[in-house]
Amino acid sequence: MTMMKKLLTSAVATAMMVGGAQAAISDNTVKIGYLADMSGTYRDLAGPNGMKALEMAVADFGGKVSGATIEVVSADDRNSADVASSTVRRWVENDKVDLVAGLVASSVSIAVSDILEENDKLGIISGSAASSITNEHCTPNHIHYVYDTYPLANGTASAVVKEGGKTWYILTADYAFGHALEADVTRVVEANGGEVIGTLRHPFPTPDFSSFILQAQASGADVVALANAGADTTNAINTASEFGVTQSGQTLAALLLFLTDVHALGVDAAQGIQLTTGWYWDMNDETRAWSDRFEKETGVRPTMVHAGIYSSTMQYLKAVEATGSDDAQTVRQKMMDTPINDMFAKNGKIRVDGRMVHDMYLAEVKTPAESKGEWDLYKILRTIPADEAYRPLSESKCPLVTSK
Amino acid sequence: MSMIFGVPLAVLAGQLLIGVINGAFYALLSLGLAVIFGLLKIINFAHGAMYMLGAMSTVILFDALGVNYWVALFVAPLLVGAVGVLIEYFLLRRIAGQDHIYSLLLTFGVALLLQGVLTNIYGVSGLRYSMPDIFQGGMKLGFMFLPYYRLWVIVIALLVCFGTWFMIEKTKLGAYLRAGTEDSQLMQGFGINVPLLISLTYGFGVMLAAFAGVLAAPIYSVTPVMGSHILITVFAVVVIGGMGSIGGAIITGILMGVIEGLTKTFYPPASSAVIFLVMVIVLMFRPSGLFGKEA
Repeated sequence: MTMMKKLLTSAVATAMMVGGAQAAISDNTVKIGYLADMSGTYRDLAGPNGMKALEMAVADFGGKVSGATIEVVSADDRNSADVASSTVRRWVENDKVDLVAGLVASSVSIAVSDILEENDKLGIISGSAASSITNEHCTPNHIHYVYDTYPLANGTASAVVKEGGKTWYILTADYAFGHALEADVTRVVEANGGEVIGTLRHPFPTPDFSSFILQAQASGADVVALANAGADTTNAINTASEFGVTQSGQTLAALLLFLTDVHALGVDAAQGIQLTTGWYWDMNDETRAWSDRFEKETGVRPTMVHAGIYSSTMQYLKAVEATGSDDAQTVRQKMMDTPINDMFAKNGKIRVDGRMVHDMYLAEVKTPAESKGEWDLYKILRTIPADEAYRPLSESKCPLVTSK
Repeated sequence: MSMIFGVPLAVLAGQLLIGVINGAFYALLSLGLAVIFGLLKIINFAHGAMYMLGAMSTVILFDALGVNYWVALFVAPLLVGAVGVLIEYFLLRRIAGQDHIYSLLLTFGVALLLQGVLTNIYGVSGLRYSMPDIFQGGMKLGFMFLPYYRLWVIVIALLVCFGTWFMIEKTKLGAYLRAGTEDSQLMQGFGINVPLLISLTYGFGVMLAAFAGVLAAPIYSVTPVMGSHILITVFAVVVIGGMGSIGGAIITGILMGVIEGLTKTFYPPASSAVIFLVMVIVLMFRPSGLFGKEA
């Protein structure tokens, strides 16, 4: 009898162990937390529609991965690193969230990635601009997916200089992001034989740009560059159009501009502006088909951030499926090992520093005559190959790279 | 070219002109605030939201019904003014006579509510509004390019400001208004409907904000949050001018536009703070503001 009991117990134990190895997905649920600005300045470029993109990816997986249920929760970070930190801490410590997606304001992303590292969970950053996220702020627990300031400067600034825009006047938002972008742009302009003849630091936010635009006009520079974002950029472009900046022969270069910004401005005011983007909905049949689906869900065409959220979520779920695990390091390694080939990127690759490198595009806003509809906004002028676009690993300050 | 502190004279002239134009905007907005505070003793923190509603309704009326700019210039302020009357009737009336802080908190709440609801519907990227054709382009002044629209803004804003000042300070209706808010029981004894007068006054102050909103629609990004940025600046203007002083609000508005413009020329990073610096200095020496009556 005792023998029988022993046998039975060990059989049950073995069965449980085998079962446990098969279901290495903790609590049989993959839980994704979507954290983004849902109500403030960055709402439209990521926000609630980014959540829709994420849900589209989950739906395309049938709501299940490797037998486990996929659950999605969301929160508004209100662009505050404090709010974001406490939300993510609660998510990973109490609510068993495995992946934090979305992540827009750079300050939020940097704060959140520290908490993810402490708890060994994974984060995919789709909306932030700062290239420091995978440089001095890199961790083994996050991936930066869509774009960063490095290609923004590289793409737009070098293209505009090569087209003859030799002298530059930069209007810079007076905070960390603006300063970083200004420095990157100055480097690129000078490297290409151009010269920055003036910079002007304007307060953030600035509702009225007329005075600054007048100063930029008076400088006589070939190029008036905008190292700012969101409402500051759209206000500056509106005012530049009102004061006839481009008509008087100066080129306007917006260094960070989203599809939603251009849509808000309209082609009348924004025509001719060159910009760098990680993706555009009207590039090929695949991007158009996905964007049609997205528009059915949301009523608008997707930005590069929306598309990136979908693509990165798919990449994540595929890695969970392939490894049968939701362990952060296992999944991240699998994501790095698998090239990204979907509607967002061709041969995209996640590097050891967490940077997803993929082709970027230099685009120009169409003229009213060229534009065939309210979302027909860009002409793609040039593809900036992945290796050329992003900061090479040889220049990286990321400990994951330098310690190797 | 002659220079002043390293800035060419021509550039400076352009900046001064821009300063006056922005000042006219500030004057229009602070005028509404001053009317509401001066006559009703309400600290109207919903003023920025009313300015936003003016601009938003201009765009929405155009998109939905094809209402053009000129019609919107009248219709939008009337609509928003009606919203103001409703707010006064249903909300502000209930806290009449209480400490100022109640009206401040209540109107702030109303502003947040409006802003939140509209953000959910329209997003934050901004609605598009084209400049009316007649204002396309501008004139070359030699020292700067002046868009026609900016010229129009300064003319119409100053006209409305002057008209309002004239009505309140120099006409019989204005006298009733001032008396009605001074001693409402006495005026009621004379058979004047004081509550109605108060509703209409609040509605009128709100209309002024909405009118500024319509003027802003073709030149600024029209978004549900556009009022929150400008509100604090306009409050500073009213405080510098003297809370409740109608003429003070107008003159200070223009003056602050110019000071801000000059700061933008000589040291741009300080341009958002300079008005508050002036406010601190003025309050140190004249606690009731430049044009306020000594308490």
